[in-house]
Amino acid sequence: MPFACIYVPNFPVAAVLRAEPELKARAVAILEGKLPLEKILAVNEKAARMGIASGMIKAQAELCAELALRSRSPMQESAAHAALLDCAQSFSPCVEDTASDTVLLDLAGMESLFGSLPKISHAISSRAAALGLEVNVAAASNPDVALLAARGFSGVTVIPAGRETEMLGSLPVEVLFADRLTGEEKEASDRLLETLDRWGIRNLRALASLPEVALSERLGQEGLRLRQLARGTAPRTLVPVEEPLVFEEAIELEYPIVLLEPLAFLLNHLLEQLCARLAARALAMQALLLTLELDSLNQQSKINNQQSSSESAIENRQSKICSRVQKFSRTLRLPLPLLDAKIFLKLLQLDLQAHPPGAPIVKIHLAVESARPRSAQGGLFLPPTPEPEKLELTLARIAGMVGENKVGALEILDTLHPEGFRMRRFMAETAKKNEQGKPHTVEEQSAVTALRRFRPPLRVHVTLENGQPVHLVCQKKDVQGRVLWRAGPWRFSGDWWEREPWSRDEWDIALQSSALQNVGTIALYRLVHDLLGGGWFVEGRYD
Amino acid sequence: MSRLFVFDDEVEQSSAAGRARPFQSTIKNQKSAIDPIVTRKPAIGNSVLPASRLAIRPAPEMVSSGIPALDTLTGGLPRGCLTEICGPASSGRTTVLLAALAAATRRGEFCAVVDASDALDPQSVAAAGVQLDRLLWVRCGGNPPRRQGGTEGNFLEVTPKDRNEPWKTNQAKHRLDQVLRATDLLLESGGFGLIILDLADVPPQAARRIPLTTWFRFRRAVENKPTILLSIEQQPIAGSCSSLLLQLSVPNSQFSEEKPSSRPAHTQLLTGFEINTELIRSRLERKPVRGITFATKTAWAG
Repeated sequence: MPFACIYVPNFPVAAVLRAEPELKARAVAILEGKLPLEKILAVNEKAARMGIASGMIKAQAELCAELALRSRSPMQESAAHAALLDCAQSFSPCVEDTASDTVLLDLAGMESLFGSLPKISHAISSRAAALGLEVNVAAASNPDVALLAARGFSGVTVIPAGRETEMLGSLPVEVLFADRLTGEEKEASDRLLETLDRWGIRNLRALASLPEVALSERLGQEGLRLRQLARGTAPRTLVPVEEPLVFEEAIELEYPIVLLEPLAFLLNHLLEQLCARLAARALAMQALLLTLELDSLNQQSKINNQQSSSESAIENRQSKICSRVQKFSRTLRLPLPLLDAKIFLKLLQLDLQAHPPGAPIVKIHLAVESARPRSAQGGLFLPPTPEPEKLELTLARIAGMVGENKVGALEILDTLHPEGFRMRRFMAETAKKNEQGKPHTVEEQSAVTALRRFRPPLRVHVTLENGQPVHLVCQKKDVQGRVLWRAGPWRFSGDWWEREPWSRDEWDIALQSSALQNVGTIALYRLVHDLLGGGWFVEGRYD
Repeated sequence: MSRLFVFDDEVEQSSAAGRARPFQSTIKNQKSAIDPIVTRKPAIGNSVLPASRLAIRPAPEMVSSGIPALDTLTGGLPRGCLTEICGPASSGRTTVLLAALAAATRRGEFCAVVDASDALDPQSVAAAGVQLDRLLWVRCGGNPPRRQGGTEGNFLEVTPKDRNEPWKTNQAKHRLDQVLRATDLLLESGGFGLIILDLADVPPQAARRIPLTTWFRFRRAVENKPTILLSIEQQPIAGSCSSLLLQLSVPNSQFSEEKPSSRPAHTQLLTGFEINTELIRSRLERKPVRGITFATKTAWAG
């Protein structure tokens, strides 16, 4: 049974470089710890050549002007680890999450899908590179052999069965202790390493050639285990992990952002990573949650300025609240699962332009709600429909012009109120699904008289004769004149159990306009007498 | 005889056949040979065609407007063309608009209404038989949403710019701007069977500010597409860009003061009214100007 191991060397550095690819050409060092005792945790190859080493303090490292210093970011490491898992799970359903920088895959049966072991290994390496990670990939018939080979050899390594001892022999014994241990375990492993060093055991070949009985007498079971690892004979089964499908990407900024353009650049990078991870799992995006952490110091200073002008208890309380981190969230819910980073970026830009955060941004967090991608089969003889991706962008642009609740589909509410409707999201797919169950009827109705509403209704002054309207005066000149014909009143009322009940008398009238530009023209209107408020309104015109 | 034109063969043949003809007829033959617009079949196959025949545009597909009487007048509404329906207040424009929407949604098409005055009545829409799932309503006007303001590129400002700009005097211009931009976006998006510009309540002096180039752009955007672009207004404003122009009116005699009703108001009921429709212009088929009258009925008339 073949196994493969994916190992990310220098994982803290790799996580940062994944988030900031432009640093790949520079020397980079990662800091850990609290001020003023920050120390170098990890460096990349360029920084190592410049003489920067782990354990140096920050002040020493800062002497090197070309060095890019970054703080260790657990968030970026978590995202990189998630990307590593996604990459592994795109090749095998059985994946062991060995360490934050190491995963093991069971490739049994995968050769018929992906090809030979070398081909699979190279494909894994390419897929990881597409996700922004430079990895070592090793394949062997034993999981521990694959792990040691990935940690010891760079690039892609394939160890044929039966040649484990030979190929692992050149690796240093330190590769057996590469796990990040702490406390007593670390002390024990350090003692073992020291013992082996005193014996002159420098590589795995030497360790593998030690006599078994003598080694167990001196180092116990641990020594035997190390010997088995060096010989590539340690039996082990993988412990596969079932990770919840969490697709999140985040980035912390060195300095706050106030402009949309650099924010869009960073969002584009995060969206591309998310889309690549979703594509690796054959999923699409149903909803996108953007959370921005805002610069609370700026908020604090604004509140302090207000306090200096007026000392009020309310503003004092506000200043205490603003000392905490300010978060700004926006959720984009898509009508259909989509997987196009450019469209998501455009939708986010339009949304942020309509709803700006109001303060500089120091951290960006994107989370995705995943779903199966839609599978739609178009028909040759079906009427045209708007493409969901284009339609979503068009609706977002129009909403940016007219307002969010001013564009969409109509939904009539179960009420007698004349404006008993609400706007809801317009989705082409919903209409299609609703149509599938209904037979297509081709009946035509006669023309139904339509009403055009005035929003808001026009207030008018009505002259009554025997309780009937005979003359209207209105600020809108073409809606005033003599009433030639009238029908009504028709009484409507409702919502008497609510806070805002309504009751009205409706008239249909034919009005002869007295406006200069259209004297004598006759038009039909709906006149309303509000019985609760007492006013008269022209609600609409029949057209 | 030197070879001058491709029609020389025919000239030779005709002159050879009638050498005895008078000189004038020979000249006439030669003239007709030189004239490229003469209506006769070319001698050498179809290798040379007159310019008027080079691009034969297929007639647009006509679909029902939802009102049978209107369909007999115009043949329906043309796809890929701009149609204008004009008329004063209460002339039946919105009735025709809703009938067209109902017919389009019944055919399974998606429709959009760009409502310049936010005047659409949902109850009337439902009564007309429009399938609401297939109708996109763009309500123009009202307060503009938050825009990018303050310093250039700084999108964090939440206050809209031009706070001191008088709103009322620019209200019509603002609405028209929204209508035109929304229409542009919908035409570009595609997939809609019917897009309606509802300019019925826009004063003619404001509507005439829409440049003809805009109408030309709209016409080009729907050309060769299955989308019907329909504009409802008080007076014609699209000029020659519209392929079909209808003028609606209501006979004043229905509610004139010459016929005062002796019945009390509570016994009266608005059951509908008659609409006169006149075909002013049709690029689709040359017909003489004529009109028809059809009746509408209210939703409660039964």
